[in-house]
Amino acid sequence: MTGMTAEVMTPKEVETAKEAAIAPKFVTKGVDVYYAEKQALTNVSLDIETNQVTSLIGPSGCGKSTYLRCLNRMNDTIDICRVMGDILLDGADIYSREMDVVHLRARVGMVFQKPNPFPKSIYENVCYGPKIHGIAKNKAELDDIVHTSLQKAGLWNEVKDRMHEPGTGLSGGQQQRLCIARAVAVQPDVILMDEPCSALDPIATAKIEELIDELRVNYTIVIVTHSMQQAARVSQRTGFFHLGELVEVGETEQIFTNPKDERTQGYITGRFG
Amino acid sequence: MNSHPTPSAGAIDAKEAGRRASEAIAASLKGRYAAEKRFRAYGIAAIVFAMLCLATLFVTIIGTGLPAFTQTMIRLEVTLYPQDIDPDGNRDPAVLSRANYRKLIQQSVLDLFPEVTSRRDKRALMALISPGATFDLRREVMDDPSIIGQRVSLLVHASDDADQLEKGHIDADLPESERRLNDKQIGWFERLKERGLVVTRFNTTLFTNGDSRSPELAGIRGALMGSLFTMLVTLALSFPLAVGAALYLEEFAPKNKWTQLIEVNINNLAAVPSIVFGLLGLAVFLNFFGMPRSAPLVGGLVLTLMTLPTIIIASRAALKSVPPSIREAALGVGASKVQTVFHHVLPLALPGMLTGTIIGMAQALGETAPLLMIGMIAFIVDIPGGPLDPATVMPVQIYLWSDLPERAFVERASAAIMVLLGFLVIMNALAVLLRKRFEKKW
Ligand SMILES: Nc1ncnc2c1ncn2[C@@H]1O[C@H](COP(=O)(O)OP(=O)(O)OP(=O)(O)O)[C@@H](O)[C@H]1O
Ligand SMILES: [Mg+2]
Repeated sequence: MTGMTAEVMTPKEVETAKEAAIAPKFVTKGVDVYYAEKQALTNVSLDIETNQVTSLIGPSGCGKSTYLRCLNRMNDTIDICRVMGDILLDGADIYSREMDVVHLRARVGMVFQKPNPFPKSIYENVCYGPKIHGIAKNKAELDDIVHTSLQKAGLWNEVKDRMHEPGTGLSGGQQQRLCIARAVAVQPDVILMDEPCSALDPIATAKIEELIDELRVNYTIVIVTHSMQQAARVSQRTGFFHLGELVEVGETEQIFTNPKDERTQGYITGRFG
Repeated sequence: MNSHPTPSAGAIDAKEAGRRASEAIAASLKGRYAAEKRFRAYGIAAIVFAMLCLATLFVTIIGTGLPAFTQTMIRLEVTLYPQDIDPDGNRDPAVLSRANYRKLIQQSVLDLFPEVTSRRDKRALMALISPGATFDLRREVMDDPSIIGQRVSLLVHASDDADQLEKGHIDADLPESERRLNDKQIGWFERLKERGLVVTRFNTTLFTNGDSRSPELAGIRGALMGSLFTMLVTLALSFPLAVGAALYLEEFAPKNKWTQLIEVNINNLAAVPSIVFGLLGLAVFLNFFGMPRSAPLVGGLVLTLMTLPTIIIASRAALKSVPPSIREAALGVGASKVQTVFHHVLPLALPGMLTGTIIGMAQALGETAPLLMIGMIAFIVDIPGGPLDPATVMPVQIYLWSDLPERAFVERASAAIMVLLGFLVIMNALAVLLRKRFEKKW
């Protein structure tokens, strides 16, 4: 594919990534999810490697979002949703009694499909997380966090003169990067992204993809995407979902060049989906 | 693939069908436009009718009520004979307050018309002056006893009949028995006018006095204060209760049979006739808890019951209109449920909640029936100083006055309606303003 893919996929980089990933960040075993009586996920077992980008692909309605939302227990907000199986973050069961959901969500940030900045100023959008978690001790520290987060999200230069203007006044792509900055500001271990580029134009998309690649150094990233190219460009590992099952997971290169399962083959070549 | 040199039979059919469809559309257009015109005409007719009704209402109310904003006064020269007021000369307030000021007023009026001698004529003459003159004079003397012995000039209220005469509401052409002032009285009043003793001024009494048996002394102050205290109690109770209930139901309560039952009941409560809340207030607050009758506190409690469903429903709608993506965003960065609601959802829903509250309060401000049940309809002269004092409210005052035979009272009822409408318009404008001001785009 493009030069960018080649860059991401250099064997050396894969090696370093592997070295860094001593243990997987998330280990999920036999995850079943039901919406009322309807089963949305069946026996999904998937490891999310540390400091890698894992992309989840699959046809619409196959349960990618559902799986992603299990990882930070966002499914708790849906009354009818039941999650079964083991989901371990650094070896700790996130659905156990000891796991505090607020703490979990501080460690596992999320970026949504539609940019959803708070209808407040850009500054307040970014500083909200650190503020409620008491991460910053004083105003100067808070300013610092906001600055670095916006810089990491590649938005600093565009908004540094309008920090106190509403975040909703930014363009779609800028809003999405603001949401990434907001997630980054809490200093999570993992960032979940559910189709973060689906509402964006190619240029904004390229920016965010670049960003994901940079963020990988410090964060573990799971991204749901409908774009095969995007998955190939940004991720090191790819999981393919179909009808609520995880059909295949492996190195992105292997999935795209040499899929083991017929269904994967069919999907990536565009025969269904 | 398909490379026929001539259009196929199918293509010709399609063309023909297209042409026919287009003709059919053209034929139907006329009817459609006519229907649109008709519908528009109905709409305009409905609006015109509504505006006409409204205009009639305003014209009658303002036409009747406007004269009540002016009051005819009569200037009297009163000699304060010390032997009548303070025979002992030690300025004892108890003695001063008991003195016969009526006699002094009467004397000063009679001085103007020396020819009036018979008791009957004297009484008829005095009927031009409001009984309030006596109290005015007493107040003057009590405030400054040093004027005793002097001759003071005093502006006193004309009686309601004299006031009506001055405003042209008494027709001198009618037979004497059919009007409230006889020929002599009209003649005396004309003489007062000739001497320049009749003054018309803005009716401040209307805004400073409580109710009175004499129309010229009756004011809306008491009812206004009663309404104010009642509304304060209502607002202080219903807003936090309703917002709390709405927040709980919308954000925290599990969606199950119980919450559904509660929801249905709240909606039903909003449709309960207000008099039922009055009966409830009578039974619970007055008879069971033994709270004072006629008190704004109880009125406020009853109106709280009445407005709660309105505000709860409006608040829930406001909460529902906050996009779920905002909640997800907050939860996503690790805000707790309570933080999500209070930092993000509530501020966005607040304008809608306030709008609902103002509309509920406006409803409560115009409410009469439930307050009748708890005795806020008594004749109360004193202006209430707090929510426990007996009081009446504006709509009840209007009801009381419009029921009285004197034209002056009916006028005052219309004036009170104008004041009440003014408040309602201000409140509704505030609601609209809030909605416009805080309307957020996301
Ligand atoms: N809130 C919900 N209530 C009931 N069923 C749901 C809910 N959310 C998802 N589902 C069902 O669960 C299944 C998986 O949905 P999910 O949103 O995970 O799919 P997806 O792979 O993210 O699809 P897409 O690519 O279109 O976003 C679908 O069949 C969907 O109908
Ligand atoms: Mg999805």
